[in-house]
Amino acid sequence: MPEPARARPQPTPETQHFWDGTRAGELRLQRCDACAKVYFPPRPFCPACASRSVSVFAASGRGSLYSYVIHHRKVPGFTPPYAIAVVQLDEGPRMMSNITGCAQTPEALALDMPLEVAFEKLDDEITLPLFRPAKG
Amino acid sequence: MTPNSVAIVGAAETTRLGTIPDMSQIQLHADAALNAMADAGLKPADIDGVATAVETPQQIAHYLGITPSWVDGTSVGGCSFMIHVRHAAAAIASGLCKTVLVTHGESGKSRVGNPPRTVPPSSLAGQFEQPFGPMGPPSLFPIPVLRYMKTYGVTHEQIAMVAVVQREWAAKNPRATFRDPITVEDVLNSRMIAYPFRLLQCCLVTDGGGALILTSAERARDFPRKPVYILGTGESVETPMVSQMEDFTSSRAFRVAGPTAFREAGITHEDVDHLMIYDAFAHLPLYGLEDLGFVPRGEAGRFIAERNTAPGGKLPLNTNGGGLSYMHSGMYGMYALQESVRQMRGIAPAQVAGAKISVCHGVGGMFAASGTIIFGNERP
Ligand SMILES: [Zn+2]
Repeated sequence: MPEPARARPQPTPETQHFWDGTRAGELRLQRCDACAKVYFPPRPFCPACASRSVSVFAASGRGSLYSYVIHHRKVPGFTPPYAIAVVQLDEGPRMMSNITGCAQTPEALALDMPLEVAFEKLDDEITLPLFRPAKG
Repeated sequence: MTPNSVAIVGAAETTRLGTIPDMSQIQLHADAALNAMADAGLKPADIDGVATAVETPQQIAHYLGITPSWVDGTSVGGCSFMIHVRHAAAAIASGLCKTVLVTHGESGKSRVGNPPRTVPPSSLAGQFEQPFGPMGPPSLFPIPVLRYMKTYGVTHEQIAMVAVVQREWAAKNPRATFRDPITVEDVLNSRMIAYPFRLLQCCLVTDGGGALILTSAERARDFPRKPVYILGTGESVETPMVSQMEDFTSSRAFRVAGPTAFREAGITHEDVDHLMIYDAFAHLPLYGLEDLGFVPRGEAGRFIAERNTAPGGKLPLNTNGGGLSYMHSGMYGMYALQESVRQMRGIAPAQVAGAKISVCHGVGGMFAASGTIIFGNERP
């Protein structure tokens, strides 16, 4: 029997552009054409001013470690201990992710350390945006 | 709502708390409701309003034989019951109904007859949180804590003191699940659950229930129990995703609900004799003390470590032992309300002598929602 996999996101019409983006190697965010607010998670209108005129753009993929826990219990698709992190993106929004390429310890996971996106393919449809310590 | 216009006239928990494998979840609602009706001297025919969460008002009304003319199924997590009290008070004050029953029952430990807890994979949380490995509240609720600690220089030892102090209160309560004293070292040596939190900083998992009955203050004088009056109420919601909180050091829902209740009651913090802050995890009392304005930003850790909320301290907090030591079925708000009512009736196991005003503050989800109720016991 294969190992149970991690929870798989199911895109909706409003979020499809995000998952198309990760599959293409882009971290896509949305910006309001009216008030310039950059926001996440995806929706086809601005949560700051309700404008329906919004644009999708490729973010830099750069950010920093905002907060996290190191989870010590077993979850399908994960080997504990592993960090469940929130990344502060340079463009403004925050998103939950995992930190790869780095020990999952309080010592290695320093708050505010610079991170960059590291795409991880789950299957042909879904690629997850994970993050790793930024190089240089 | 005008302060003092509505009162609690019936209040009870399930006869047993803890492990109750011989009752399904809806029967836990009923056990508490029957106890509350007995407490108020009422029968199902006397109730014309029903409010409940997770289970629906129709399930509860039908099961108990009630024909309501007002219902509220607000289900926003553990503070749903604070919000039910708020809505019920407004409904009674405006004449929509006369006597409201609020019920909670939860087979949190035995998991008999309760709906499965799932996050739909197409929801925003299902797409943008669940794939990264959270599993329930212990993995999600502490996510903002490291940011809070770094921002204000709060120490692991200070947060451990929350659990230590609440165990001191629990020691005075015969119905508390855990009553043996613990030290900061015990807390910091207990099993790691989700760093920075260890087992003793996480709530219990138990079975139980509770129910409240509200009516107008005018009618409340004719009931067998000393009425407990509603002085002020507040509610709000923020986000279903903890990762999307506006501020990781403070809850927006707390900052709306708490001050709204204080304004409505027309009281200041100095007037508060007794305080309940829903403690699903050890950081909740810190956020609550600061967001409700009892202490300045970043001061709550020191405030608790210096024993201000402990037995003998100036601000008795979570006097039943809280979700960390008393009981926590999953939606603990009802038990916080029950303790505030006991304190206002003067019958709490760890009674605060002469207490006249109690503030009861709840959280729902992972900082997703909030409700605040301010109680008083002086006849208007
Ligand atoms: Zn806008």
